[in-house]
Amino acid sequence: MTTQGRDLSRRRLLFGGAALSAGVVLAGCTSNEKAPTAAQTKAAATGGNSEPGKKVTIGFSAPAADHGWIAAITNNAKAQAGAYSDVELKSVEAGADAAAQRAALSTLISQKPDVIVLLPHDGKELNAFGLEAMKAGIPVVNLDRAFPDARAYRLQIKGDNYGMGVAAATYIYEQLKAKGVSNPVIGEIPGIDSLELTQERSKGFADTLASYGLKVANRRPAEFTADSGQQAATGLFQALPKIDALWNHDDDQGIGVLAAVNQANRKEFFMVGGAGSKKAMEDIQADNTVLKATVTYSPSMASSAISLARLIGQNKGMSDLVELQVPKEIVLASETITKENAGDYLKLGF
Amino acid sequence: MTETTPTATPERAAGLPAQSPPVDPAGTAKSEPPARLSWWRGDGGEGARRNLGLLATLLVLVVIGILTRPDLYGNASWVWGNTLTILKLASVVGVVTVGMTFVIIGGGIDLSVGAIVALAGVWSTTLATQSYGAGGMIFSALTVGLAVGLVNGLLISYGRLVPFIATLAMMVAARGLAAEISDKQTQVSNDTFINGIASTNVLGIPLLVYILAAVVVAGWVLLNRTTFGRRTVAVGGNPEAARLAGINVRRHTLLLYALSGLCCGIAAVMLTSQATSAQAAMANLYELDAIAAAIIGGTLLSGGRGTIVGSLLGVIIFSTITNLFAINGLSTEAQNMVKGGIIVAAVLVQQVQFGSLTQFLRRNRATSTT
Repeated sequence: MTTQGRDLSRRRLLFGGAALSAGVVLAGCTSNEKAPTAAQTKAAATGGNSEPGKKVTIGFSAPAADHGWIAAITNNAKAQAGAYSDVELKSVEAGADAAAQRAALSTLISQKPDVIVLLPHDGKELNAFGLEAMKAGIPVVNLDRAFPDARAYRLQIKGDNYGMGVAAATYIYEQLKAKGVSNPVIGEIPGIDSLELTQERSKGFADTLASYGLKVANRRPAEFTADSGQQAATGLFQALPKIDALWNHDDDQGIGVLAAVNQANRKEFFMVGGAGSKKAMEDIQADNTVLKATVTYSPSMASSAISLARLIGQNKGMSDLVELQVPKEIVLASETITKENAGDYLKLGF
Repeated sequence: MTETTPTATPERAAGLPAQSPPVDPAGTAKSEPPARLSWWRGDGGEGARRNLGLLATLLVLVVIGILTRPDLYGNASWVWGNTLTILKLASVVGVVTVGMTFVIIGGGIDLSVGAIVALAGVWSTTLATQSYGAGGMIFSALTVGLAVGLVNGLLISYGRLVPFIATLAMMVAARGLAAEISDKQTQVSNDTFINGIASTNVLGIPLLVYILAAVVVAGWVLLNRTTFGRRTVAVGGNPEAARLAGINVRRHTLLLYALSGLCCGIAAVMLTSQATSAQAAMANLYELDAIAAAIIGGTLLSGGRGTIVGSLLGVIIFSTITNLFAINGLSTEAQNMVKGGIIVAAVLVQQVQFGSLTQFLRRNRATSTT
């Protein structure tokens, strides 16, 4: 059983590594706060918001998912809460589905947090919970998956799926125009096709391309995993012997797409990613693959949600705005990361 | 396809341990007069016919491809490249299916194969494992696959758990462990040897296809030319008869699940190489792909019958359908519906073949020859 012993020690090493990387993430976020950047001077100039105030207990719940993005959401929320001395984060496991999350949330309500930050399994299914919590006087911050009922939340902060497609299509159009390609062949590798977020991304992409008189030649959906991305891309390459541009919705599955690019030895096109993983940003910065840009859907929104939940709990507004309260809806813009600005965004990569 | 017919092996009966006539397991080969055919070659003719049917299906798919995309099929080098791509895409599931075929012939089912591939892939791509180099990564993938297979086998053979439940539990647990180990992140493989497996061609044919071929040949020999294979058929066909015939059914069942686990370990290395990474959600639903391929390949879900070549053809048919839909730019929803239809059709054909039709034909032939 020497192998088992070795495997165990490997696992120890691994957990050590995981702890270390979590530390790095944490350090990244805190240094984000303290680094002498323009953001920090602005915070100092506008005064009091970052100074410790009334103690706020924030209840937090996000699905336990098997994808890097959701893992980053939870890590970011915890790191951001840790950066404030006046915030206590009560995190509950959301379980496997909406029903499990509802059960977990009801125990959270009984602990009487000041604010609840919640990434629901499904916005429609947890709408009733939002209403209930709001009725009980606990403000709810909805993270990324909208509640249909406006009374069910105090603040909604989310990414812009449609905007991702718009950003990707715009970048592709500009590049093709600069290269003078006429009648370009454009491929698309979306994530899980039955999800609303995938459909919104694809719609933004198709609508914007159409406004330039372009269209998607072929789209092969993957499943947000690297191995499915590799297979989808391989199929796409068989269908399109020559491609000019390719949009892959998700940088995690993009690892597999890039592997397929190498395996098929296809270099004639450029590729745009999605979400904004650290690996993708590094690849873009190094500029040695077909990946030339990625459009963000950043899990940093979890950090922002915690910051805003704290302000709501302390009854403060956003100091740059005139209003005395935090706004009700915040939709993050999808930004395009290219070789030129990848360095700035690297700290937001997950 | 003559190698699919294990008919030329009457002398192999000598290799059988205590396969005594009083407990002739031929009684399990449905609706067949025991006197007519000895049990191990009973389905030889059927298997060959079925495989011809699968080849015909494959041919139809290719013809559809030619008709719908004549521009692509007009280019010989594209056709060759596309064929290799189809085989390459079939390679990972193909290796898993070989193991699955053994388990199903042996009367079991393994729902945990996708999860084992993911666990083995994740385990072999942790930074700690990667520090041991390609050898360490391959070793740990194979060891993890084998070990999980052994646990499955122990639970089923000695723990007396129903295979469906034991492997269902393992499916959930192994993916959970994989998520725990990887911290839900995609683990990128930085090993150039591992990553190179999927991009290497030998004599113009991808290395992955050679690996698939090697596993298929090994599986075929194991099933058709060894005692182990004949015991597998016996155990699956009628475990009680096999036990009375002196076969250690429990140990054999244990070995079948270990074999399936080992195949998953091999597949994990291949898939990790293809994706240059591993994560807990990889190899999603491979258990269904493998079971479906085995079934349309003619493996009886109740055990006791099946061929490796049939399973291989099943995998290639699915891979060809995926390719066909890709080159025509059709949605994957329609593709899944077609796959479902093919599974149902294959099972219907199976029932007709082994039910009334076979009997009917046999009777007719018998009367005409006498």
